[in-house]
Amino acid sequence: MSYIGILVTYIFVNNFILVKFMGICPFIGVSKNSESAIGMGVAVTFVTAVASVACWAVYYGLLAPFGLEYLRTISFILVIAALVQLVEMVIRKMSPSLYKALGIYLPLITTNCAVLGIAIINIDNGYNLLQSFVAGIAAGLGFTMAIVLMANLREKLEMTPVRKAFVGVPITFISAGIMALAFMAFDSSLITNLGLA
Amino acid sequence: MNILFAFIVLSLLGLALGVSLAFADKKLHVEKDEKLVALEGIMPGANCGGCGYAGCSAYAEAVFNGEAAPGLCSPGGNELSKKMGEILGVEVEESERMVAFVHCSGNAESTKQDYDYCGIQDCNAAVLLHGGPNGCKEGCLHLGSCIAACPVGAISKNEKGDIVVDKEACIGCKACTKVCPNGVIKMVPYSAEYIVACNNHLPGGKVKKVCQVGCIGCKICQVKVEGSCFKVENFLSSNDFSLDQSAAEKAAELCPQKCIIKRG
Repeated sequence: MSYIGILVTYIFVNNFILVKFMGICPFIGVSKNSESAIGMGVAVTFVTAVASVACWAVYYGLLAPFGLEYLRTISFILVIAALVQLVEMVIRKMSPSLYKALGIYLPLITTNCAVLGIAIINIDNGYNLLQSFVAGIAAGLGFTMAIVLMANLREKLEMTPVRKAFVGVPITFISAGIMALAFMAFDSSLITNLGLA
Repeated sequence: MNILFAFIVLSLLGLALGVSLAFADKKLHVEKDEKLVALEGIMPGANCGGCGYAGCSAYAEAVFNGEAAPGLCSPGGNELSKKMGEILGVEVEESERMVAFVHCSGNAESTKQDYDYCGIQDCNAAVLLHGGPNGCKEGCLHLGSCIAACPVGAISKNEKGDIVVDKEACIGCKACTKVCPNGVIKMVPYSAEYIVACNNHLPGGKVKKVCQVGCIGCKICQVKVEGSCFKVENFLSSNDFSLDQSAAEKAAELCPQKCIIKRG
């Protein structure tokens, strides 16, 4: 698959949040305002991109030569956890306000299944190093797009008269469901029709 | 052999990541203000949440940022707020240690029972059923939700079935006041001697129908005693602990319902 094909696949066709339903926790938790949503998106994109490369390297450099492919889940989790710790330290140093805004959701990137998901999908699809990197960035961008869209929606919902029973999380879930429905328009035939396969 | 490889590879991976993280921690270390570190150090560490913050370190940070006043911490008491004041370089007013007290002396004998409650042994469950089995809908239900809520085990049931708070053990976190559906547990000063052990706001006649030891709002304690510290409001007397307590003993003697009790 071409690099553009991979980009389109993981941003639109297989959007991690709205199609694959991975990483829902920060999607609901950090989408209250678009500023912290962008921050979260950038942090996740960074982690997915680096984790894709690191996990690819660990898999093909360390696990495959010793025939230890079955250890990939645990070693990927290890790598991702360490990476997230690193990102947390960097953010705490560089931008304390973003660190505060992300709060508990920053360490929760560790358990964000989108990160582990893209690392495993890379291996399953037999991508090479560069393809893995592009897929990682695309997954992160798809995540960022979904969470920023959601944050903008929620900012507008704040000023909308919503029925009392639906105020807050219920209307958010309903909006997320409708967004997911809309994303069904991006079908895998899109890739073939655009000649990106 | 394979298992050995797995062990070695994973250990090496973990070691490499651990070392690089430790290195990064040193490199990216964020200097914390010395005062904040000192404040966090002297907190009692009970994390009871009585101050209204998520935990001891959250409260320390709020005090450090000037968002909260020192002295909200009940377990730490005056000693802690003094220390906090020293660290921050501000004067802290001394305030008396507050402890919980069950403002009800009714029980199954002295209070009329509307029905026999056989449900879940929990006050909040019982209250859902017509406000609980007590004829008095504002009194203690004696089912002990507060006993379970107390983080230090200061609340217990005595042999008569009354709920009592051990004022020595109470750390003043207000967990029990929040869990009690009738709000019958309120905070009183540690040194308080005479307390109106009733929480019923009904007029006298209605109280007499349901409880033998309830405050009827007769105002004898307020009017008949000179320099009284008691005040009747909304048919319920209460002791204003900021006033002189010397007349309290006489008021307790005069109380026709004997609901002003002396705490041992």
